[in-house]
Amino acid sequence: MKRIITATVQNRSGVLNRVTGLLSKRQFNIESISVGRTETEGVSKMTFVVDVSDEQKLEQLTKQLNKQIDVLKVSDITDKAIVARELAMVKVISNPQLRSEIQGIIEPFRSTIIDVSKDSMTVQVTGKSDKVDALIELLRPYGIKELARTGLTAFPRGNQPQVTDMKSYSLLK
Amino acid sequence: MKLEAKPEVKAQQHVKTGADLLVEALIDEGVDTLFGYPGGAVLPVYDAIYRAKEAFTHILPRHEQGAVHAAEGYARISGRPGVVVGTSGPGATNLVTGIADAMMDSLPLVVFTGQVAKSVIGTDAFQESDVMGITTPITKHNYQIQNIEELPRIVKEAFHIASTGRPGPVVVDIPKDISSTVSEAKVETEFHLPGYQPNFKPNPLQINKLIDAISQAEKPVILAGSGVIHAEGSEELRKFACTHQIPVTNTLLGLGSFPGNDDLSLGMAGMHGRYAANMALYECDLLINIGARFDDRLTGNLKYFAPKAKVAHIDIDPAEIGKNVPTQIPIVADAKASLAELNRQNLTMKDHQEWLDLIQKNKDDYPLWHEQPEEKLVPQWLLQKVHEYTNGDAVVTTDVGQHQMWAAQYYTFNKPNRWVTSGGLGTMGYGFPAAIGAQLAKPEGTVVAIVGDGGFQMTMQELSILQERGLPVKIIIVNNEALGMVRQWQESFYEKRYSESLMGVQPDFIKLADSYNLKGYKIETQKQVEAILPDILANDEPAVVDCRVLQEENVYPMIAPGKGMHEMIGVRPT
Ligand SMILES: Cc1ncc(C[n+]2csc(CCOP(=O)(O)OP(=O)(O)O)c2C)c(N)n1
Repeated sequence: MKRIITATVQNRSGVLNRVTGLLSKRQFNIESISVGRTETEGVSKMTFVVDVSDEQKLEQLTKQLNKQIDVLKVSDITDKAIVARELAMVKVISNPQLRSEIQGIIEPFRSTIIDVSKDSMTVQVTGKSDKVDALIELLRPYGIKELARTGLTAFPRGNQPQVTDMKSYSLLK
Repeated sequence: MKLEAKPEVKAQQHVKTGADLLVEALIDEGVDTLFGYPGGAVLPVYDAIYRAKEAFTHILPRHEQGAVHAAEGYARISGRPGVVVGTSGPGATNLVTGIADAMMDSLPLVVFTGQVAKSVIGTDAFQESDVMGITTPITKHNYQIQNIEELPRIVKEAFHIASTGRPGPVVVDIPKDISSTVSEAKVETEFHLPGYQPNFKPNPLQINKLIDAISQAEKPVILAGSGVIHAEGSEELRKFACTHQIPVTNTLLGLGSFPGNDDLSLGMAGMHGRYAANMALYECDLLINIGARFDDRLTGNLKYFAPKAKVAHIDIDPAEIGKNVPTQIPIVADAKASLAELNRQNLTMKDHQEWLDLIQKNKDDYPLWHEQPEEKLVPQWLLQKVHEYTNGDAVVTTDVGQHQMWAAQYYTFNKPNRWVTSGGLGTMGYGFPAAIGAQLAKPEGTVVAIVGDGGFQMTMQELSILQERGLPVKIIIVNNEALGMVRQWQESFYEKRYSESLMGVQPDFIKLADSYNLKGYKIETQKQVEAILPDILANDEPAVVDCRVLQEENVYPMIAPGKGMHEMIGVRPT
């Protein structure tokens, strides 16, 4: 099962190494990691998408992360109401004739063209991972020259549904 | 001309360098013993140590591995962090085995490594190695000091982290420019570690759950690990187990946390544990794990580990709970605090006499056994004699292999803090240097290093320390002219193909001792043991005792790899 885990960490040298090292040492499958600063000076936030086999493994993962001295807080936000975004840039083979066709495809995704050349164009898309996946699949037939994804970043919404009407749903399959 | 260190040199109005700040910080922490080896990147540190000479006993090993294992032995027996100093590059990499060992066995170490100057870090400078990268997975925490002002604070943090919560090694890497620069800036000494707040007190709700479970149990058993020893909770454990008549078994590292000679003691469990102990774990309906981590050498095949039991686990490290064995009653807390709380509770148990009778019957029917050919020197018997001659009160360190298991089985430990062995990493070469550290921690105590002929040869260069310091460590070489444990597995599982495990060629250990000006003895028979070993162990001087034991002895009983607790082999003489 895929889970979204966030960790706030003290922004000290070596912390990224320590965290990724422990994940690989304990054989956790990391799909993506994104790291960046937060509203608090000296504190960074890491968002991991991981694939774990069962609850026990998941519990180990959060406990091992928590155990690190520079890790302040670990949350599994998969089943919360969250906002989650990923950014992808896709360089697609195109020519002037194809350009408007591709534009038609990317429009519903609120995706934008950020670079154009004689034989290619670069498209930027932001959204949940499944939206990004969907657009990439639609562009694939044209020929993807280059693709870069930032990995997911996420946090809980300001309003969390009451426990009673909270259905367990997942952003990720 | 012979060079001598100048004792009279005094620190002349010296401005403080990073190295001075380090020395001050160490003195501040109450450190009086250092285990270290100098080199280019720690020259400033050694200069500061020189100037503060009266403050420390500095132990110079002949290989950095000796320093770190000695520091482990020191930490285990003194209960205080072992402090190690090494130079950059090869100095640091030579420390790696011991750091990994301390991590596995939760021993508090603070290891200072020199590093090349900040300006050349990353250029593959002479004797540069990525100490942070190398030690990250094998330390509780590690630091590289970036500027001199933070040095005192980091040293404080390092000692705090190493010695609290679940103890472990902390590495502090100090670039040479920092140890040699002078600083006039105000240094930091206050620290705050918001991400590190080990939970100490047990949650009352969980304690209630456990009390409830115990009151329902018909077949309860306690598994006591080294967490009880680290927490100094042996007395509380004894009170708890004895009051409620709950049998206690130990992990390898937990030996001594409960008196081995108590009627309720089952002795060691696990791969070479006792039949009665393993059967108790197999049959129990309530397993109370206190400070043990359900290591695979204990559990055997997890499918058959405590299959009928409700599991309660008290551990200061939450990540250990539920890691290997599903746990119904987790208690994240200090072992002693938890036991004290349990002792305060009202608890009436069901009648479990039948369970105690069954356990007693297993103990009577399947005791430890070994062959006793006349005149021959049998290793198991030898270990019993060592116990007898030291009144079971010596500090015993071991190396890794058959002799280690025999020591665990036959040197019955009745008190805590007598047992120093490498459990998690299983590090050959550990036993003798660890004994040096243990002796320094307990100068008046008898310290016996039980080592194999193989493992001893990995670190025997540290005989120099005995010579230099006159430390009365007794080295008992259980010499089977083989890498015995490897030979045993090859006998049992590889049709006696003794691939590289027989060591016919050996040094003359007596001459070896002699060359260090130490007394060496060779013992080949039971009679000789009885004639000379009592005196050797009672003497206040070091000794190297080469005991020629039966080569073909095997460690039994045993849970073969992949098998369950209930499938022990070698439980009875064949
Ligand atoms: C550093 C290291 N290398 C290899 C091993 C694997 N090993 C485990 S026990 C053993 C044999 C030890 O032989 P010896 O020291 O003579 O002790 P004995 O088993 O004969 O008592 C070996 C090679 C190890 N534990 N540690």
